[in-house]
Amino acid sequence: MSGGTYTPRPGAAPVGRMIAAQTVLETRMLLRNGEQLLLTVIIPSLLLVLFSSVDIVDTGSGPAVDFLAPGVLALAVMSTAFTGQAIATGFERRYGVLKRLGASPLPRWALMTAKTLSVLVTEVLQVLLLAAIALGLGWSPHGNPLAVLLLLVAGTAAFSGLGLLMAGTLRAEATLAAANLVFLLLLVGGGVIVPLEKFPEGARAALELLPIAALSEGLREVLRDGAGLPVAQLGVLAVWAVLGLGAAARFFRWE
Amino acid sequence: MRIPRTAEPERLPRLPVMRYESVVQVRGLVKRYGSKTAVDGLDLDVRAGTVTAVLGPNGAGKTTTVETCEGYRRPDAGSVRVLGLDPVADAARLRPRIGVMLQSGGVYSGARAGEMLRHMAKLYAHPLDVDALVERLGLGSCGRTGYRRLSGGQQQRLSLAMAVVGRPELLFLDEPTAGLDPQARRATWELIRELRADGVSTVLTTHFMDEAEQLADEVAIIDGGRVAVQGTPEELCRGGAENTLRFTGRPGLDLGALLKALPDGTAAAELTPGSYRITGTVDPELLVTVTSWCAQHGVLAEGIAVERRTLEDVFLELTGKELRR
Repeated sequence: MSGGTYTPRPGAAPVGRMIAAQTVLETRMLLRNGEQLLLTVIIPSLLLVLFSSVDIVDTGSGPAVDFLAPGVLALAVMSTAFTGQAIATGFERRYGVLKRLGASPLPRWALMTAKTLSVLVTEVLQVLLLAAIALGLGWSPHGNPLAVLLLLVAGTAAFSGLGLLMAGTLRAEATLAAANLVFLLLLVGGGVIVPLEKFPEGARAALELLPIAALSEGLREVLRDGAGLPVAQLGVLAVWAVLGLGAAARFFRWE
Repeated sequence: MRIPRTAEPERLPRLPVMRYESVVQVRGLVKRYGSKTAVDGLDLDVRAGTVTAVLGPNGAGKTTTVETCEGYRRPDAGSVRVLGLDPVADAARLRPRIGVMLQSGGVYSGARAGEMLRHMAKLYAHPLDVDALVERLGLGSCGRTGYRRLSGGQQQRLSLAMAVVGRPELLFLDEPTAGLDPQARRATWELIRELRADGVSTVLTTHFMDEAEQLADEVAIIDGGRVAVQGTPEELCRGGAENTLRFTGRPGLDLGALLKALPDGTAAAELTPGSYRITGTVDPELLVTVTSWCAQHGVLAEGIAVERRTLEDVFLELTGKELRR
């Protein structure tokens, strides 16, 4: 073969290198997006600071920050794995990014792996930041870090499934609107800043089945009350994860 | 001229490279969307090392055909082989070997031009030098510009760069010069010629006749989901006997008498008073016959023009439709 500039020399990069590159790009896109940062960083931080220092909501006995920190951590997971991922993926679909990557050597499973890794990287940054703020506000966490980790992973899986389901089935604009609305509703009704005890008995039983409530209550049982493994909440999250990821795998449209 | 499915595939000794190996082979492709049939029994061959232009009006089935070759669509009937592979079943093996330029989009709205191209390069084992490619396509000034702030032409060139960066054997370009200014268009043509010279095969769709005439070794005219005709631009324009001779003179010439002097199959018409058109095999002999007939009748024929058939004429004859939007 001649040695022209464009002489064909096709070949895929090793899959590990592709996933690493894709993860870096996805994370960079996320951190560069102002609206995303508002959801994932600014709102959780503000809520934590505001409600810890001003006595607006009755959070029960003990320092407010001990109630709020677990709720805000749950909110952070939801903002990244659900809201952020749904909106970003919805627009990637709309702008043909998913389609174009589909013609590259990057396999779909590798793209989804990179998206998950990017969500996890973002969550680590969020948890570090929010934990630092909470500690500065006098937070004293308890419990087994492993149980916390397990809850965060189960919550991420549950929210990712729902976010991807939304992104892969609705129009991008509808995803944008719906993901923000759901974020707001779950922020209020999911035990993040308002204790579920404030709701009527019947409503409370239903709300407890929401993934955000399971995650925030589960984290609270461990981090505030020093409980062992919150099996009921983990179970709720696992069911959401199976249903959400299963439906996303079934109904996701790439174009 | 080669009429698919009825005639023997013709093998023309035109290119230095090749063993006439098919890089794309489509047979009886049918693709429906609901009740609408987008592609209706289409045959297409692309020979290695050539540029093949798929020409047709909007809705003719160009994009559907190309996207089926790229593995995006599953045929409802017929077979598609690209580099000898099934684009859907063998997607993992095929994708590293082809370069794809979509009609639009394909880039993260928050990404910078250079960043996106560098990322695509990382997905391949032996990518082109990104900086050189950026320079080559005149994207040097917008490497740090976000995709949304690029002009339409810059977005097109970035998309083209993304298609070639992985050093593919075969390129699929869906309307690569739509929305480009004439200068950028010529630069894109030049790159496609360089790619061809280095042995890359290209399939491109276009609305533009001049693009097909300038670039293509082979043209397939698609209409109503079928290939109406496939051949080299020369073959298509030479085919039939449809060249035209125009002249002006005194109004009301007796064209019946003129036609008697001309070979069978020639037609003559007075388009507007004093403006004449003769269609048929316009050869030197015919030109002499017409001018001497005029001399005998005391007519000074002015503005004599012999027009070759263009791809647009071919297209009009085949489909009765305008090619341009």
